[in-house]
Amino acid sequence: MTSLTTRVGMLAAGLAVGGLLAAGPAMAKVEGDTIVFGAAVSFTGKYSTNGKHTKNGYDLAAKRLNDMGGIEVAGKRYNVKIQYYDDESTPARNAQLAERLINQDGIKFILGPYGSGPTKGMAPIIEKYKIPMVEANGASRSLFNKGYRYLFAVLSTSEQYLAEAINLAAKLSAAEGRRVQDLKVAIAVENDPFSQDIRAGVIDDAKRWGMRVVIDDKLPKELNDMTATLTKVKAVKPDVLVVSGHSKGAALAIRQVHEMKVDVPMLAITHCEAADVIGKFGAAADYTLCATQWDETMSYRDGWFGSAGDYAKTFQAAYGYVPPYQAAESSAAVLVWADALKRAGTFDTEAVRDALAQTDMQTFYGNIKFDETGKNIAKPMVLRQIQNGKLVPVAPVEFAAKKTIFPRPMWSER
Amino acid sequence: MDNLQILVAAPVFSVQLLIDGILVGAVFALAAYGMALVWGVMNIINIAQGEFVILGGYVTWAVAQAGFHPFLGVPVSFIALFAVGWILYRAVVARVVDRDLFISILATFGISILMQQVMNQVFTADVQTAQSGLGTLFLFEGQVTVAQIKIVAFVFALALGGALVVFMRRSRLGKAIRATAQNARAARILGVDTGRVYAITYSLNAAICGAAGALVVMIWVIQPFIGLAYTVRSFMIVVVAGLGNLAGVVAAGLGLGAAENFAGFILGAEFQTAFIFSLLVVILLGRNLRLRRQRRVLR
Repeated sequence: MTSLTTRVGMLAAGLAVGGLLAAGPAMAKVEGDTIVFGAAVSFTGKYSTNGKHTKNGYDLAAKRLNDMGGIEVAGKRYNVKIQYYDDESTPARNAQLAERLINQDGIKFILGPYGSGPTKGMAPIIEKYKIPMVEANGASRSLFNKGYRYLFAVLSTSEQYLAEAINLAAKLSAAEGRRVQDLKVAIAVENDPFSQDIRAGVIDDAKRWGMRVVIDDKLPKELNDMTATLTKVKAVKPDVLVVSGHSKGAALAIRQVHEMKVDVPMLAITHCEAADVIGKFGAAADYTLCATQWDETMSYRDGWFGSAGDYAKTFQAAYGYVPPYQAAESSAAVLVWADALKRAGTFDTEAVRDALAQTDMQTFYGNIKFDETGKNIAKPMVLRQIQNGKLVPVAPVEFAAKKTIFPRPMWSER
Repeated sequence: MDNLQILVAAPVFSVQLLIDGILVGAVFALAAYGMALVWGVMNIINIAQGEFVILGGYVTWAVAQAGFHPFLGVPVSFIALFAVGWILYRAVVARVVDRDLFISILATFGISILMQQVMNQVFTADVQTAQSGLGTLFLFEGQVTVAQIKIVAFVFALALGGALVVFMRRSRLGKAIRATAQNARAARILGVDTGRVYAITYSLNAAICGAAGALVVMIWVIQPFIGLAYTVRSFMIVVVAGLGNLAGVVAAGLGLGAAENFAGFILGAEFQTAFIFSLLVVILLGRNLRLRRQRRVLR
């Protein structure tokens, strides 16, 4: 009998606790004069390097907001605090941690994890609980075709990574008096979701300009040789060659384009920095266009950090290294929250979600305006050209410091 | 089929594909020769073949990082991988050498996963390459471009292959290896220490792969997880050429290199590997038919 009463007692206690949790903070997680954001970021595992950049970006923006008196909501100023968990670079863990942040910690404002995979892990959970999330490091197209209402991304999505190269080629050729419709595009991208997103973006833009796609190769995952593709490039002489195959694709492309002396007026690739093509190949990497989300020389600015260059200086002073774009976009995500909370004037998650949806601002990282799927449509990707062993921003033309060298000099003239 | 028309209209591009294919085919043939050796002598299909190649590449990369010319990496990788092979044989392979094929495939599969992860820990997942500093050779008024390192690699591969043939034919150890391959039991009765022969054979294979890897890192790029491509190619070549047939291995290696390039050019890079495997099926079917016909004659 005693065991039965104990059990009934435990059940009652359990219900009471459950009731307490359910009755928990109906409004946002605000402790006194502090707004608490939640984030599950990779501190360990394969994304840990970029996870660190992400956290540094969030922390720097939070500190800057606090130094400037916090976020003003309905006439009162609130400080910013971020509650972190380590997702161990495992997307399944992000789903658990999202539950934990929302249910146990009562967090109502979420900052995204690092990477498309972890972001995909969190998105369905925040959607279930109708808790808005601003993310800065999940670029996959598949995040934005599921009809998520509470997901907002400040970065350019993956299909935009190299589409800008097509626009650049069109503009430069038109300036030279060439017919844009005569341009030929060659695409060699890896057969994985990320690179196929890139391919889709390039093909869309090529179609828009009326260009012809003359090579459309899908590189295998165990890519070890691009000779066949590059021989084709030599044969059909396209005006633009687009290559994306993570680090090995970047390294192979630079190496073999040089060794086979493939002359193509424009070569645009991803993962230049990750593959360290300048360090590995030196002058052979010159004139290559590299896609990046952000560059510190761009002429964007805001009221918190000042210009992109100012942000880079602040970041360098705080953490001792040049901010990679992963850090910059993470800081921008915090700024988006600050802007939206101020405009909403309340902590009601629905009202804040609507305010987020109406975001239209410039930050040091670029312009931010979300479409109905939650992705940022106001910030183009940045293209940097390797000139004399340095990455020089050349596109979008309106914000870039330097001009593209186009066409690439022939190998015989170098 | 537009791409086929290009080849017909401008045959010079066929020359490009052919030369490139043949030159790199020699490197594949090297790794395949090692696989055939282990398979023939020990009846083990070494799944870790590609990881030996990649590790050899890393050794050469380390040599280049230390400030030496990567060519020096070829002998260094050969020796280093011989040692690695010896340790792996004593630790793992010796325990499965007399068991059935399935067990040894599992064991070498395990070695391959272990090596990938260790290389990932030690060298990180970053892509690496070694620069030989050689230029490009221009043929046909500059329309055909051949990286000189590929020619050097071709020569290296052939020289090493030649040395191995002489070693197997002339040296006492080579004869012992061949005797063990023919009949291990008889060899043991005649005084061959087959345990030692196995150890040397396995280590020699690792060493050959190491040298191949040294060439790979100078021609292309390496990364801890792309060894499989080399395992698969070795396997293909051995299956087509048969065991104990060096001329066949070389011919199949060179042919495979060229066929891959043509397939990639005409069908697109996504069908390059698919084409090779289809080719394997066709060759096996063809061989089966031919054997059946011979059997009918015998009957």
